[in-house]
Amino acid sequence: MSVFQIDFGSPDSGQESAPPRVVGIDLGTTNSLVAFLDLTAPKVILGPDGAALVPSVVSFPAGAEPVVGAAAQQALLADPANTVYSAKRLMGRGAADVAGELALLPFPVAPGSESVIRLAVGGREVTPPEVGAYILRQLKQNAEAFLGEPVTQAVITVPAYFDDAQRQATKDAGRIAGLEVLRLVNEPTAAALAYGLDKRQNGTIAVYDFGGGTFDVSILKLQEGLFEVLATHGDTHLGGDDIDNLLLRVALEDIASEWGADLSGNHEALQRLRRAIIDAKHELSTRPVTTITFDDGGREYRRQLPREVFDQLITPIIERTLASCRSCLGDAGLQPAAIDEVVLVGGSTRIPLVRQAVRALFEAEPHTELNPDEVVALGAAVQAGILAGTVEDHLLLDVTPLSLGIETMGGVVSKLILRNSTIPASATEQFTTAVDGQRNVLIHVLQGERELAKDCRSLARFDLKDLDPVMAGMARIEVRFLIDANGILRVSAKDLRTGKEQAVEIKPSYGLTDEQVEAMILESFDKAEEDFKERQVRETRVEADRILAAVEKAKQDEAWFALPPAERAAIDLAINELLLSYHGDDYVLIQQKMEALDHASRGLAEAMMNSAVRGALKGTKIE
Amino acid sequence: MRDLLYGMSSLPSDYFAVFGIPVTLALDLPELQRRFYVLSKQYHPDRFGRATAAEQQYALDFTSLLNDAWRVLRDPQARAEYVLQNNGLEAGDSRGNPPPAELLEEVFELNMALEELRQGEAEARGPIREALDRFLALREALDSEREALFLRYDANPAAETLRQLRALLNRRRYIENLVRDAQQALS
Ligand SMILES: Nc1ncnc2c1ncn2[C@@H]1O[C@H](COP(=O)(O)OP(=O)(O)O)[C@@H](O)[C@H]1O
Ligand SMILES: [Mg+2]
Repeated sequence: MSVFQIDFGSPDSGQESAPPRVVGIDLGTTNSLVAFLDLTAPKVILGPDGAALVPSVVSFPAGAEPVVGAAAQQALLADPANTVYSAKRLMGRGAADVAGELALLPFPVAPGSESVIRLAVGGREVTPPEVGAYILRQLKQNAEAFLGEPVTQAVITVPAYFDDAQRQATKDAGRIAGLEVLRLVNEPTAAALAYGLDKRQNGTIAVYDFGGGTFDVSILKLQEGLFEVLATHGDTHLGGDDIDNLLLRVALEDIASEWGADLSGNHEALQRLRRAIIDAKHELSTRPVTTITFDDGGREYRRQLPREVFDQLITPIIERTLASCRSCLGDAGLQPAAIDEVVLVGGSTRIPLVRQAVRALFEAEPHTELNPDEVVALGAAVQAGILAGTVEDHLLLDVTPLSLGIETMGGVVSKLILRNSTIPASATEQFTTAVDGQRNVLIHVLQGERELAKDCRSLARFDLKDLDPVMAGMARIEVRFLIDANGILRVSAKDLRTGKEQAVEIKPSYGLTDEQVEAMILESFDKAEEDFKERQVRETRVEADRILAAVEKAKQDEAWFALPPAERAAIDLAINELLLSYHGDDYVLIQQKMEALDHASRGLAEAMMNSAVRGALKGTKIE
Repeated sequence: MRDLLYGMSSLPSDYFAVFGIPVTLALDLPELQRRFYVLSKQYHPDRFGRATAAEQQYALDFTSLLNDAWRVLRDPQARAEYVLQNNGLEAGDSRGNPPPAELLEEVFELNMALEELRQGEAEARGPIREALDRFLALREALDSEREALFLRYDANPAAETLRQLRALLNRRRYIENLVRDAQQALS
């Protein structure tokens, strides 16, 4: 790999020695975090508040800048109508897909949300990729502050079961945040990478990832640094959120019968009740019984919740995850006993019943050595290292979670690439015309396992345009469908009669157009760059102030007067130059001038030290 | 790495060429798998994160071809169909084909039993299980026949062998469907 890099260079390595660092990001439904590869071990990056986890919450106060993370989580209670959480569940979706969900959310959905959901918050409209972008930008800034360098490239994780539109939306979020997304990695695969790197083991492992909004299971074969996914299964709409919603419904019913009050329209009360429920749920993971406590307008609701009752309530949800696991085993052609190790990922795997169910199914004691909140981001950082060429002995071979097909006569789907095919994967198909002189052919591409187009997920319509007008059936257009290593479809077409590239117009069924994404980027990307520079300038000035104050103080010291005049002149010159650069916005220049002053005043500092020591010796006795 | 990429401006022309082997029906699967891993480690797009756009494109194209090739060649049935197709012998679609004559009676009985089971007659499971066992045995016999034809073709790639192979593949596909239906009914 290194030889290769020397031969051809990387496009942006220039004369700078180290290529830009690639960070790994877990953009979660509930929490997000960023990690990087430090020498050879992945490490999570802490934010200014000292926490690695950034709650995936963005608040859009009317007329003010959006607020991200822990601060936004506060706003969830104070200003629920303008505060967006669990936006990941809306990624790459249309309003019709998530109608049930939207009813529970406190923020209204703007009209025109058929192919991209538009949330009306803070007097504006935002799409889920933009919400994701604000979170990503926060992580980017945390990483920049931590690493002391601009961060422009990232690996971002997605649920393995995300479809094309959901993946594309995640990539868009990265672009909007000013991040070049070098790769989307499946979350369970990333977790396996983090574990495997640790242990360098061979064998077959299952990763069970049960987070806030999504469930994934992947089965991998590990051998000599190769992580080969055999099969994956999941549900992009199954997670801790669903447990919360379940408990919320129970509590609302209780309250309705106890107080005779319907709280479901009161978003502020709902958010507080939800918070109380989540706290109780978490407590139940370590205690046999908990109490949901909630008060509103002087009335109090208290409900004891023993773990057995909780377990009973959530059994159907856990059973759904187990059914996924069984399908996954079947697809991998394996019996449960063939699984050597099980890795648990995601906050919801802290629930004792979940652990117990997983242990029973796979007949193996699940691994929990790595923090289930962090393991995905750590794996993303490893993948970033693989892409950057710093990790050479590991490689991921992942699969596509859903079959890809095209709609044929009668609304039937003809499968071109089957689920669990190793990616990148491709298929070619020939198309022709049905009537004389026909100028275009429309191809409807879908994802899913069902037979009929109406039961699968529409991915896009591809329009083969400006065909040469020939007799019916004479056209020969070869279309190549390629699923890349991100799990995203690319399509190209060739006219076999002329050998020429055939134009294809893509009409995605869901998601933003390139132009829309572009418009969103220009706004926030420019700002993000500015933000970074501004922060750097600000921080550098603070440091310059410190040095200037120290030198000014030193000039009162007797050591200053003892200095040779030339040295004093050099210091004054350096001070002047620093002051000149101080008000510019070139922070590198300020840093240089700071260093120059530091250098020039070294003699002064030493002289002061000596006189301080002498002073100390004078005043005290040494034993 | 340089030689590997720059020596190949165009992609291998067929699935066997991807692995650097001649057209072979009786493949050594463990060896094929070993090559698949070696080639993956060399050409996977992840290895080209810092390369030029052209190199990245090549890595993507090559690796997708490699994955497609591995998927087809590791499955004897798919592999044989691929070779037939490359020789202009399209394998027939078993759904459209009438059942092989000697199986007519068996298929008829199986269909009856399946229908009975659908009607809720649990005792139909017995005959279905027996039929399944017979089909599995048949499939096994066909598999060794197929292996023999593979070897014969590799020693002497005659068109006649391919035609025999096509007939065998069609029969096997038909039986495969029966096995699947019976297994589904029993599960
Ligand atoms: N101790 C716990 N007991 C039960 N559930 C928990 C616990 N800790 C976190 N969770 C749940 O885990 C989910 C968040 O998990 P996480 O892995 O961060 O999700 P995501 O990856 O979707 O952001 C939330 O639903 C949260 O309530
Ligand atoms: Mg997660």
